[in-house]
Amino acid sequence: MNSLRSRVGWGLAGLAILVYTLLPVAWIVSLSFKEGDDINNKKFLPSHWSLDNYRTVFDTNLFTSALRNSIGISLIATAVSVALATVAAYAIARLQFRGKRLVLSAALAIAIFPTVALVGSLFDMWRSLGIYDTWIGLIIPYVSFTLPLSIWVLSAFFREIPWEMEQAAQVDGATPWQAFRKVIVPLAAPGVFTAAILAFFFAWNDFVFGISLTATDAARPVPAALAFFTGESFFQQPTAAISAASVIVTIPVIALVLIFQRRIVAGLTSGAVKG
Amino acid sequence: MAQIRLEHVTKDFGTGEPAVDDVNLEIDDGEFVILVGPSGSGKSTVLRMIVGLEDITSGDVFIADKRVNDKAPRDRNLAMVFQNYALYPHLTVYENIAFPLRLHKLPDDEVRERVGRAADLLELGEFLDRKPAQLSGGQRQRVAMGRAIVREADAFLFDEPLSNLDAKLRGQVRTEISRLQNRLGITTVYVTHDQIEAMTLGDRVAVLRRGVLQQVDVPRELYEQPINLFVAGFLGSPPMNFMPAGVEDSTLHLPIGDIDLTRELVEEVKGHDILIAGVRPEHFEDASMLDDARKAQGLTFEAHVDVIEWLGSEQYAYIPFEAPEEVRAPLQELAADLDMEQLRTQLVVNLDAESRVSEGQNATLWLDPSRMHLFDPASGENLTHGRGTEARSLASA
Repeated sequence: MNSLRSRVGWGLAGLAILVYTLLPVAWIVSLSFKEGDDINNKKFLPSHWSLDNYRTVFDTNLFTSALRNSIGISLIATAVSVALATVAAYAIARLQFRGKRLVLSAALAIAIFPTVALVGSLFDMWRSLGIYDTWIGLIIPYVSFTLPLSIWVLSAFFREIPWEMEQAAQVDGATPWQAFRKVIVPLAAPGVFTAAILAFFFAWNDFVFGISLTATDAARPVPAALAFFTGESFFQQPTAAISAASVIVTIPVIALVLIFQRRIVAGLTSGAVKG
Repeated sequence: MAQIRLEHVTKDFGTGEPAVDDVNLEIDDGEFVILVGPSGSGKSTVLRMIVGLEDITSGDVFIADKRVNDKAPRDRNLAMVFQNYALYPHLTVYENIAFPLRLHKLPDDEVRERVGRAADLLELGEFLDRKPAQLSGGQRQRVAMGRAIVREADAFLFDEPLSNLDAKLRGQVRTEISRLQNRLGITTVYVTHDQIEAMTLGDRVAVLRRGVLQQVDVPRELYEQPINLFVAGFLGSPPMNFMPAGVEDSTLHLPIGDIDLTRELVEEVKGHDILIAGVRPEHFEDASMLDDARKAQGLTFEAHVDVIEWLGSEQYAYIPFEAPEEVRAPLQELAADLDMEQLRTQLVVNLDAESRVSEGQNATLWLDPSRMHLFDPASGENLTHGRGTEARSLASA
């Protein structure tokens, strides 16, 4: 009896949370299918389902180039960040060196540093360095802001791999680099995945850097580009078109999460449980 | 195949006392040497210095007469089996065994042939496609040995390879290792804290205590002629009995009776008021089980039997006694060294299974004084060491 009641209770609570979190998403999806002035129809669902907004979005150069920028910048930033973090985390987990604590706490300090406080000075610096409004101008801040988290996640992973693994590899005839590449990295793959996905999300979702450090289509990522959206005609509110664009950029994120769900959960909790 | 030589090898982790202190050891080509000692004795550190996973603070390690101090583990051509096996979980059994060969870039068909041979030897054929997680403890152990064998390395190093197995399997794998070593005839260094493994496996056994090598000898000599209190107490199960022995002229006062000393021993024990006498449990017997001639050669005494443990083939009787202060301290220290609980001052006596001695009663027991050892309580040195049974035999009272 008790279990039935508690199950119903949990179900209701879960449902409430689902509705609360998914309602805005559903609203955006619904908006994206509304045609023309239909966004003012005072109903939740469109009175007539239409793909017009999606067509508009893909027809505008603004969005397609932004999508290209977003994908390219996010992927490169993720790759660089994870590669650096893997090496750094391995050193932190395995080696005793001076300043190890400093590296870890500096990484943490960077992670909690408010991004907005940096934007102004980065803007000035990037302009004088000539990397304002370029891919690299966004990749650098993305890498530096995702590195700390990646390092922490990965060093937790490396710490769990028994040291005997690589010692065995070394006795078997491996150089330290071979031991790292052939034994440690494959074993830390779930951690690498977790770090990569988290880094990718950060870069993909970023708005502050995206809008402040870019000026043209050359490097502007999607979240920033959406703010410049005008829609099909100048006289229309671009709400529906923006909704359509939002749906499109959300899809890869949702797909990633669904595909790697298990790995992410395993990756996020593994360091915590076994310590 | 190679000889391994350690010269004045010392390891200092900077904790005050060196973990390994001036160890000299020569392991002949094809020999099976056991490094044994309680935890913290530095035995694993010695092994890790041989294989190169630990730097040598001072001293030299030679493999096949070449100094290897500064060589990386991969350049020493040694194969090691780790305590937790250290199998690569992401590789199949086949790839695990093949791993060292792949690192040496051997052609595929040779890899296949050598892995196949090792798998046959260890009866791993049917498991080659599995991952280590799908294997039992004993099978993982065999995979770890397989990975060592394929190398055709100069020597095998084992670091407590059986401690993760249950007792029954341990016995089987022990004989397996012994058989394998005989067959391959490869120099082997084997670290264990288990004195049974030490006694049964090795050609020679090296006993370590707090980083210092105590005695290196064949198991029988170690057992019968321990050089000091530590070695005597470490080897043997149940352990050797230690009793206080008061010295008065040529008489030895034991808690269980008096014994006359031979002339050589009187010289040897001169200057000591009190000694520690050590007698192995099997050198006692129920007096009623012996014929008169044999009885006359030893010391017969009355004792109160506290507990009896009957094991079928033999039985143990426990006899408590009081120990004076002077010997209690060294015995306590010994207990701490051996990772044991505080030794209760009692005798453990191994009696014939037929004996009718019963719990809580007095029994007439017999002790063979010719097998007794006398230790200096201050230094722990065995004063009766190095004598033939003839020379150190003691006449009964």
